[in-house]
Amino acid sequence: MRFATIPTKLGPFLCPEPLANQSTSLFPISKLTELPYPPLQSDFNFDPDLQAFFTGRLLLLDEIPFPLQTIQAHYLHGFIQYEKGITKEEHGLSCRRCGNQDKELFATFSCYRCKEECAYCRNCIMMGRISQCTPLIRWAGPATGFHVEEPILRWDGQLSELQSSASERVYELIGHAGEILVWAVCGSGKTEILFAGIEKALREGLRVCLATPRTDVVMELFPRFEQAFPNTQVEALYGGHSSMDRASPLVLSTTHQLFRFEKAFDVMIVDEVDAFPYSYDKTLQFAVEKACKDEAARIYLSATPSEDLLARVRRKELDVIHISKRFHGYPLPVPEFTWCGNWKKGLKKGYVPKVLTEWVKRKLDSGRQCFLFVPTVKVLNDVYECLKSDSVDFVHAEDPERKEKVNRFRKGEITMLITTTILERGVTVPEIDVAVFGADHEVFTSNAFVQISGRVGRSIEDPYGEVTYFHFGKTKAMASAKKTIEQHNSRSSREIDK
Amino acid sequence: MKCLYCKSIFVTSIGWRDLFGLDHEPLLCEDCRGELVFIEGEICRQCGRAFSLFPEKYRQNDLCSDCVEWNQKGRSISKNRSLLQYNSFLQEFMAQFKYRGDAELIKAFKSGLQTLFNKEFRDSILVPIPLSKERHFERGFNQSVLIAGLLDIPMLDALARPLHEEKQSKKSRLDRLGNRTLFSFKTGSEVHGKSIALVDDIYTTGATVEAAGKILLDHGARKVSSFTVARG
Ligand SMILES: [Zn+2]
Ligand SMILES: [Zn+2]
Ligand SMILES: [Zn+2]
Ligand SMILES: [Zn+2]
Repeated sequence: MRFATIPTKLGPFLCPEPLANQSTSLFPISKLTELPYPPLQSDFNFDPDLQAFFTGRLLLLDEIPFPLQTIQAHYLHGFIQYEKGITKEEHGLSCRRCGNQDKELFATFSCYRCKEECAYCRNCIMMGRISQCTPLIRWAGPATGFHVEEPILRWDGQLSELQSSASERVYELIGHAGEILVWAVCGSGKTEILFAGIEKALREGLRVCLATPRTDVVMELFPRFEQAFPNTQVEALYGGHSSMDRASPLVLSTTHQLFRFEKAFDVMIVDEVDAFPYSYDKTLQFAVEKACKDEAARIYLSATPSEDLLARVRRKELDVIHISKRFHGYPLPVPEFTWCGNWKKGLKKGYVPKVLTEWVKRKLDSGRQCFLFVPTVKVLNDVYECLKSDSVDFVHAEDPERKEKVNRFRKGEITMLITTTILERGVTVPEIDVAVFGADHEVFTSNAFVQISGRVGRSIEDPYGEVTYFHFGKTKAMASAKKTIEQHNSRSSREIDK
Repeated sequence: MKCLYCKSIFVTSIGWRDLFGLDHEPLLCEDCRGELVFIEGEICRQCGRAFSLFPEKYRQNDLCSDCVEWNQKGRSISKNRSLLQYNSFLQEFMAQFKYRGDAELIKAFKSGLQTLFNKEFRDSILVPIPLSKERHFERGFNQSVLIAGLLDIPMLDALARPLHEEKQSKKSRLDRLGNRTLFSFKTGSEVHGKSIALVDDIYTTGATVEAAGKILLDHGARKVSSFTVARG
């Protein structure tokens, strides 16, 4: 969009092209060296609906369901600000929405809106294109207040000893600027430890966000949070479902949807425990930081904390709570490495390695259920062609029949499920083994492996499932996963001992 | 390098570079390229669809039965040629290009489109199918202009689209076949006696290019054909 700059006695201000006088000269927002912000005129009769919608958000014009005239009136009275979507820094372009600075992820086109060669960000294109002439718009007036009726929390479950000490630490942090790392493994009951803290935050009128890279985690947590917080309008944001209603005090969001927030939250919980196959990358860290208020309490839930986080723990900058001992108190299975030759070449010719067929046959004969992880959907299809039988099925992240298949697996109607992705938490099958086929593929990071191990042996009756990596050359990720799991286990056993 | 579409990292095999030069290095990874279906082999001489994809009984010599029927009524487009089959992968790909506005993506088809153009349309000049002003502003670019721009050949902005597309997409196929007022001619455009290749992203019923072609013929074009990325 282009803007006219109009001089007034209060200084210059901007006027968007559709509202500007025909004869004035127009510039794309990127070409304006200084963006004027008219001062806040607190006697202005602002629109409370706009305030309730906009508080803490940073949006494109297309995303705001209010007329341009309303937006401009609020701008003129200092209640709204126009910002550049993409800025030119010393080293190159920078996207103000997703933080992208990677040259490879910017492209240009000849833009009809601004009549210039216009660069756009390809990193956050799925949220609607931001180009150099796209303004980002924020609310700059007073924020909407939040109030939740008592009783705020309805939950009468029991916490284990480790859980309740973690829960207390989280509770204490709420309302203060500070950070804490909760080192949790899949299945350690991490959601429950958050409830008391969230209740406290809502009671104090604070705004809380739980962010996770995975859509299905948002979908799974949503009903649980709605049930636990019956008087709160819980907002769930994920691709294809980002209701843009009034601002809510409790937001569950995929990290991508966080791009639309700025200085919104007093409490930020980042759940990357089940992140695989998505990673908590630089972009998402940027989104989390941008969405937080400066003095926010930040809680990181992780099964596999990044080197950065761990370094900060070692320097005592970051507090850590372990709930790494899973609720039944047994260690994670340590992976076994099995060399399987050039599996890619084999698949091209239409077969899988003999060691794998033998492994599968053993499982199917014994009737023991198992997951077979593969690196990509393409490999999934090829492997399924080789192994298919009545007791074998497959599922991937975008599979439309995903729910049904998972249900059939849970009921025991399928013995082996071939998959590209970690499944929902509901999938706790009592006796289960796991294999990773093509473990040398780059999608299998060390974190992914640890999370895969978290799927195995999750019941008291059968805590010792086995994990096998079939590979064509051991990778660093494999070795580091094995080490991490062994460290986890030794820490768990120390905690059991004491 | 990074795949233009799925952003995964891939390595180009040396052979590819040696054969075609750096310029032709693919921008898509092997998996994405594997999803593309190029139109090859026997095709309908007129509408350019692959005979291999539909039952033999709808074929009459080198025409499909749709084209035989349509030719009896007369048509303005002499032929259509598309690079790719409009399968579900390409549908998603083109949606990201057009609707999400990821202009860069179309570059993945540059060398394929150049080859097809040189083979089929050598002496033609390009006329991209226009968008309405509203749609053009909303999208920020016209996809047909970006496609035509890949070819490094002069293009002629000879047509305008006075109606907003929304009204058009709701009409049924039959309605559209009869619709000849979709486009208007930009006065002063030099089309007289020229062979013109209309450029569009997708060829489905052919109604859009047909309507555009009629107007160009009315203004003295010698021949109008259609050059599209995808055949629906
Ligand atoms: Zn971006
Ligand atoms: Zn622009
Ligand atoms: Zn790709
Ligand atoms: Zn035909």
